[in-house]
Amino acid sequence: MDDVISNFDLVLQAFRLTIELFVVSGILSLIFGTALAAMRVGPVAVLARAGALYVALVRNTPLLIVFILATFGLPKLDVQLPFFVKGVIALTVYTSAFVCEAVRSGINSVPLGQAEAARATGLTFTQTMSNVVLPQALRAVVPPLTSTMIALAKNTSVGAVFGLFEATARMRYFSNNNASDRTLIFLTFALGYVIIVELISAAGLGLERRGRVAAR
Amino acid sequence: MTSVLFDAPGPATRRRHRMYSLLGTVLLLAAAGFVLWRLQETGQLAYELWEPFLTPSYMRALLVEGMLKTLQMAFGSVLLAVVFGLVFGVAKLSEHGWVRWPAFVVVEFFRAVPVLLLMFFIFLTYGAGEGGIGSYWSVVIALTLYNGAVLAEVFRAGVLAVPHGQAEAAYALGLRKSQVMTSVLLPQAVKIMLPAIISQCVVALKDTSLGYAILAPGLTEVGKSIFQEFSNQLQAAIVMAAMFITVNLLLSALATWVQRKLVGERKPLTVPMVGRDTSTAI
Repeated sequence: MDDVISNFDLVLQAFRLTIELFVVSGILSLIFGTALAAMRVGPVAVLARAGALYVALVRNTPLLIVFILATFGLPKLDVQLPFFVKGVIALTVYTSAFVCEAVRSGINSVPLGQAEAARATGLTFTQTMSNVVLPQALRAVVPPLTSTMIALAKNTSVGAVFGLFEATARMRYFSNNNASDRTLIFLTFALGYVIIVELISAAGLGLERRGRVAAR
Repeated sequence: MTSVLFDAPGPATRRRHRMYSLLGTVLLLAAAGFVLWRLQETGQLAYELWEPFLTPSYMRALLVEGMLKTLQMAFGSVLLAVVFGLVFGVAKLSEHGWVRWPAFVVVEFFRAVPVLLLMFFIFLTYGAGEGGIGSYWSVVIALTLYNGAVLAEVFRAGVLAVPHGQAEAAYALGLRKSQVMTSVLLPQAVKIMLPAIISQCVVALKDTSLGYAILAPGLTEVGKSIFQEFSNQLQAAIVMAAMFITVNLLLSALATWVQRKLVGERKPLTVPMVGRDTSTAI
């Protein structure tokens, strides 16, 4: 354990990389996932089907294989990128599919009667969307999106197998060097992940509280 | 939903939608064409690189030592996880704080920690070397702990989803707490939970691939030995992905069928996320 304490900056560095991976691929997958969801609920059949195919394929593929495709596959196509970028690509490709499903289920959770009532009172499409459907959909989207982001934070650990020295890789390194303290080392790193997960969860709860309607 | 948001499209809108469709098709075809062109340019479509996956002996290795082992690990860990989940899920519903709180902490911990971190820890501490449990069981135990924690939440939510009157009626008949749980609540809850348990098999199956990191047997390990021999990483990954997708789609179809058969049109069970204080939620 002394080794970990005296090299605590390495622990922090590793978690910094974990957080960087999470933030960059989190933002990118929110953007791509929302675009995919728009494709899936939109009126253009070709795009809706392409979106559905993408989600079905990616959701059923293990993240590890997406990582193999990004880290070993891309160089085969003469695409040379740093490990960090390849990790972000793999995580974004994978998480976008889950973000898409979360957003789509949020939009679908708004009862049909809401839109019908809005149309019946004479609101236009834009008014219906901006005043009635989207405000409700956004609230419904927060909990599943929070779960998706928590999963992403944990999934950054797969980068450890593909040349990224983030928290999980650092734990393996410390465990290899300090055989007697493995449990303590594991708990130290696990605590780091627990803190990250709880922070994301608290952020999600905060968003939910802000959007909560007083009377139901 | 989308149909009530706007009036039926007129000729101009229909024309616009047709244009979007055309544009979308062209873009998608262009993207697919570009990928194929890159594959061709870099010689990735060469027959030698795909040959192993058309060779019976390699395919047998992928299916028997690969997929079968992976399925074994996944189902083994889900079975153990059901036991783990049952114990901790019921413990989380206990009226005694000293039972409820430790169960809560254990479940939250294993849900919040990445499976890979857990797998490395178990493998390095108990798995590796002589007298260790080996990589196979390291994967199974790591997956059991993670999926068990998730299933504990599922069991809890399932028991809470049984209408209140059921437990009240059972108490009114004079059944004891354990009898109410085992003969009234759990049998009804299992029906509601079965689809969620099958869906969890998909998660477990995908996560067995993480055994790659600790040299555990399974599909990814066989795939790795093939791509290290033939240097066909891209092709091997595509074939493995196709195998995973096929099995997972079959499992999902089974879950949907069970849902329709046992639960009917009711909504699938929703489980609160990690970090939510479930003792007050719901």
